Amino acid sequence: MKQQIIVSGMGGQGILFLTRIIAGAGVSMGLEIMTSETHGMAQRGGSVISFVKAGPFRSPLVRQGQGDIGLFLHADNLDVHQGLLRSGADLFVNTSKTGSYKNISATELARKMGSNVLTNLIMLGFATKYNSLFCGQEQLETAIREISRERFIDSNLAAFRRGLEG
Amino acid sequence: MADKQQKLLMGNEAMGRGLVEAGCTLVSAYPGTPSSEILGSVVANIGDAAEPLHVEWSVNEKVAFEVALANSYTGKRSAVIMKQVGLNVAADPFTRSTYLGVKGGFVLIVADDPGPHSSQTEQDTRLFALFAKAPVFDPSSPAEAREMITAAFELSEQYEIPVILRPTTRICHSRQNITLGKPLHLQRQAAFEKNPGRWVATPAFLTGLHSELNDKLAAISTEERLKPFPVSKSSPEKEGRVPCIIASGMAFANVFDLLDELDMLNQVQLYQVKMPFPLNREFCRQIRERDEKVLILEETDTVIEMQLGLREARGRLSGHVPGQGELTPDIIHTLLLDFLDLPRPETVESGPPARGRRPSLCPGCPHRASFFAIKRTFPKGIFPSDIGCYTLGMNLGAVDTCHCMGACISMGAGFYHAYAQDGPDYPTIVVTIGDSTFFHAGIPALVNAVTQKARIIVTILDNSTTAMTGQQPTPQSGVLADGSPGNQAFIPDLVKASGVRFLRECDPYDIKGFSALLKEADQFCRGDQGGVAVLIAKHPCLMDKSNQLKQDVIEMEISDDCIGCGICVNQFECPAISLDEEEEQASIDPDLCVGCGICDQVCPTGSIVRKGGSQS
Repeated sequence: MKQQIIVSGMGGQGILFLTRIIAGAGVSMGLEIMTSETHGMAQRGGSVISFVKAGPFRSPLVRQGQGDIGLFLHADNLDVHQGLLRSGADLFVNTSKTGSYKNISATELARKMGSNVLTNLIMLGFATKYNSLFCGQEQLETAIREISRERFIDSNLAAFRRGLEG
Repeated sequence: MADKQQKLLMGNEAMGRGLVEAGCTLVSAYPGTPSSEILGSVVANIGDAAEPLHVEWSVNEKVAFEVALANSYTGKRSAVIMKQVGLNVAADPFTRSTYLGVKGGFVLIVADDPGPHSSQTEQDTRLFALFAKAPVFDPSSPAEAREMITAAFELSEQYEIPVILRPTTRICHSRQNITLGKPLHLQRQAAFEKNPGRWVATPAFLTGLHSELNDKLAAISTEERLKPFPVSKSSPEKEGRVPCIIASGMAFANVFDLLDELDMLNQVQLYQVKMPFPLNREFCRQIRERDEKVLILEETDTVIEMQLGLREARGRLSGHVPGQGELTPDIIHTLLLDFLDLPRPETVESGPPARGRRPSLCPGCPHRASFFAIKRTFPKGIFPSDIGCYTLGMNLGAVDTCHCMGACISMGAGFYHAYAQDGPDYPTIVVTIGDSTFFHAGIPALVNAVTQKARIIVTILDNSTTAMTGQQPTPQSGVLADGSPGNQAFIPDLVKASGVRFLRECDPYDIKGFSALLKEADQFCRGDQGGVAVLIAKHPCLMDKSNQLKQDVIEMEISDDCIGCGICVNQFECPAISLDEEEEQASIDPDLCVGCGICDQVCPTGSIVRKGGSQS
C-alpha cells in the first residue's frame, strides 16, 4: 500500500495538527509513515502545505501530479497546490462553492460548534466519510485521543464526527 | 519493552532524542529555522537521560559553540545546534576548533535550508566543513539523522575532531516512525588536562596542529565504514557499465523514490554518500575509473562533485543540475529522465502555480502598531531592520533593509554617516530590532553607533520572546531552556551602559503616544548634543496564548462612514481586516480578530469603532 496525501491551508489553521493525526493513525496500523511540514516565517498566515506519505517511501515530499488525496482547508490554495494531485485524486475542499471536488463549509460548521479552530477536524471527518484515506474512523479517533491536549479531546472528537456526517 | 518503543518523530525531535541517547552532558543552541526544535526535544527527553545534562539557549551561536567546546575539553560529550547562517556567527571558534581538536565527543548540528524556506542564504554547510576541515555527515531521513549522531560522536572521539551533522529543512521538518534507544551511561567526570601547546596554541604551534589535522582527515577518508556503497540492485557484473548516480542527503531520498517509481532501481548503480567530506579516497578512485556516465545530486553546493573532479559528470558544476535551489522531486524527475534517455511526459503548459498568500504579522501583533507609527511619523525616513517576525514590516513599508542578525543598528549608523556628509537635512533613520536579536548581535553595534556619533533612532521591539522560531526565552526572560528560573539581563540597563543618553519605553498599542516619542527622539538626534536615541516598544507576543488571555478583548466593527480608502488594509495590513473594493467597504473577520483594538487609531475617517459605537 502506498498513499500520498496533501493537506493545504493557511498558517494558523492547524495544518500541522491534522498531519500528525493522520500520521499517528498510520503508525498505529504498523505502516511506514513520513510527513513533511512547513515551519518558520511561512506559518505567519501565509499558504502552508503538509504531506503524509504512507508505505515504503524514502522521501517525505510529493511531486507534482502524484498526490492521491487533497485536503484543502482554504479554497484560495487550490490555484497553488492542486497541481500536486494526480488526475482522479480525491479532493476535499472547505468551501460553500461547489466544483469538481467534494465540498463542505467546515469553517461555518466549526464556528457553530464554538470555534473556527475545529475546521481541520471537520475536514478530516468529511474525508473519512468517503473511505479514501488509508486509515478509518476508528484509527483516527484513537489518534485524536492520543495527540489532542486533554481538555480538547471531546471537542476535537465532536468536530471529527460532525465532519463524518457531511 | 520501553526502550523498543516506536514513535512518530519529527527530524528535529529524533536528533534531540539522539543527543540524549548518546550520553551528551551539555547541549547549547541558538534558535533558527529549521533547527529550532532540536534543543526542545533534548529538554523533552531529559527525564530519560542517564547523565546530568546542561541545556541552554545561548545568547548567540558563537557563545553556544564556545560553551559546548569547553565541556568537550573536559572529556564529556557535547553538542551545539544552530542553523546554517548561525555557523557564520560561530565561524571564529569553529575554524580554530578543528586545528586544536576536542577530547569528549563534540558534534555540531547545523541545519541547512536549501530553497531557502526561512533563511537569508542557502549556503551549504558541507562546503563550510571543507573550508574548516571538519568531517560532515549528510542524513537522508530523520531516522538516519539520529543514527548519525551516534556515529558522529564515535568518530569525534576516535580522532579528537569536531564532527558536523548537516540535516536540511526537509529532514528537520519531516516525521518518521523511530524506534527509541536507551541513553548511554558514560559516567565521565570533568577532567581538563592542561596542555598550553594545544589549548593556547600560539602561531608557533599551528603548523604542527594543522599537519595533525590533515593526517586525521586523510585517515578518516580511508575509513571503510564511511565509504559510500551502492544501494540499488543492479547485478555486480553490470557494474561499470550501467549509469551511475551519486547522491546525498534529501536528494538521495528523492532520487531513490523516483527510480523506484520509474522501475529503474536495478538499471543504475545508485550510491548514497553519507559523509560528503572528506570523501572516501577509494570511492573516488573507483568512480574515476568508470566508463559510464555519472549524475551527481547534492544540496546545495558542489562538495562531492568538486572532490570527485570528474570531467564528464553531470552535476551542478557541469550545468546539468541547477546551480541553486532545492533539488525537489520535480526537478530531479526531469534530470533523471534526461540522464536515463527516457522521454519527458507531455505536459500541458499551465504556467507556474500561483504563489499563494504571503505571510503577514499576526492579528494583534504589537510590531504592526510600531511599524505603522514609524512609517506614518517619518514618511521619508530610512528603515533598516533585522531578522525575525518583524522582517514582515516590509509589507507595511517600514522595513527597507534586512541583512543579518544585528546589522540594522550598524547599517543605520552607516546610512547616517553617508547622508550627514552631504548636509544637515539627513533623513530620519529608524532601525527596528527584536529583543532576542538585540542580545544576539545588537549590543556591539549599539556601542559602536554611540561612540561613532551616529544620530539614529533605534527601536527595540521587545515582545519578551524569540517569536519567529517558537517562543524561546531571551536573556531578559529569566527562564532557562528547561523552564527553570535563571538570572536576568535587562535591555534598558544594557542600553544605558552602551552610552545612550535618550531612552524611552512605551507600549506601541498606544500608537499616538509612541508616535509622539518618535518625534521627541528625532528632535534629540538632531539637537546640538544629539546621538543615538533608543525607544523600547514593549508589548508581549500574542503567539503565546497566555499573553492574549491577559489583555482586554475590544470588539471592533466598521461603521457606515467607511469610504473604502484601503488604508487599514494597505498600510496596516491586519489579516482580520479585508476590503471589498466594489462595495468600497472594509470588513472585520471575527475568526481572525483578537480584539487588540488598535485599528481605531488607523482609520482616517474614524470608521473603525468599538462595538457600541464609541471611539477610544
